[in-house]
Amino acid sequence: MRELFFLFVVVVVGTGGELCVTRAMKVVGEVHDFRPGALLRFVFRAMRVGWMWIGIGMMTLAFFSLLAMLSIENVSFVVPVTALSYAAGAVGALFFLRERISKQRWLGVLIVCVGVTLVWLSKR
Amino acid sequence: MKDSPGLHLKTYLFILFMVLFAPLGNVLLSKGMKGVGSAKNWALADVAHIFIRVLSSGYIWLGIICLLTFFAAYMLVLTWADYSYVQPASAFSYAVVALLGYFLLGETVPPLRWAGIAVICVGVLVVGRTPPRTTEKA
Repeated sequence: MRELFFLFVVVVVGTGGELCVTRAMKVVGEVHDFRPGALLRFVFRAMRVGWMWIGIGMMTLAFFSLLAMLSIENVSFVVPVTALSYAAGAVGALFFLRERISKQRWLGVLIVCVGVTLVWLSKR
Repeated sequence: MKDSPGLHLKTYLFILFMVLFAPLGNVLLSKGMKGVGSAKNWALADVAHIFIRVLSSGYIWLGIICLLTFFAAYMLVLTWADYSYVQPASAFSYAVVALLGYFLLGETVPPLRWAGIAVICVGVLVVGRTPPRTTEKA
């Protein structure tokens, strides 16, 4: 039961955080200059976007839930089952980021979810 | 927006960084957390004690450094590629994490789990054949 709770936080809160970070990065724009100084200025620009901080907060919470899961179960189980975030990510990208998701991508996400189910069943 | 070979190459290179550093980070975190142990009754004092042990674990900090490297690559690739492309494409890390768990941590990985991980990789290949960007440049 504990694993399910932590998995929920990792998947839902973690994916929400990634979506917020993605929105922040889209606001900042594409990186063209990879010199250290330019990258540093890019990071400072990203840190001025509110979505970035919301995303980082949510991802921090998800990270500690992941640590809690890793203290209970093997890493070869924990990390694959967190792939459930693909379904949450695709839905979030569709509604929150207005990305167009092709049928082929949906099919890929569906196959990934089948794989996650098999990994979960391997626990028993 | 045209999908140039350069855009694909750049995307694949950054996804390679993600696929290497994320599993290594997770394996180090697992090693660290197995040493720390889990909270028994989740009382505040118990959780605080665990928290302090987590922060004093070298494996945890090494894992965090690997995950920060992964995160940097992830943030950069998201500036030009779609989230719904990058996230599934990084799923190869699930196979790598199982291999590292098996070889480095001596974990038992049942055949059904390997099968599940293989299916995840197939899903990744399906997603990987879609263009990196479906939205217009901001």
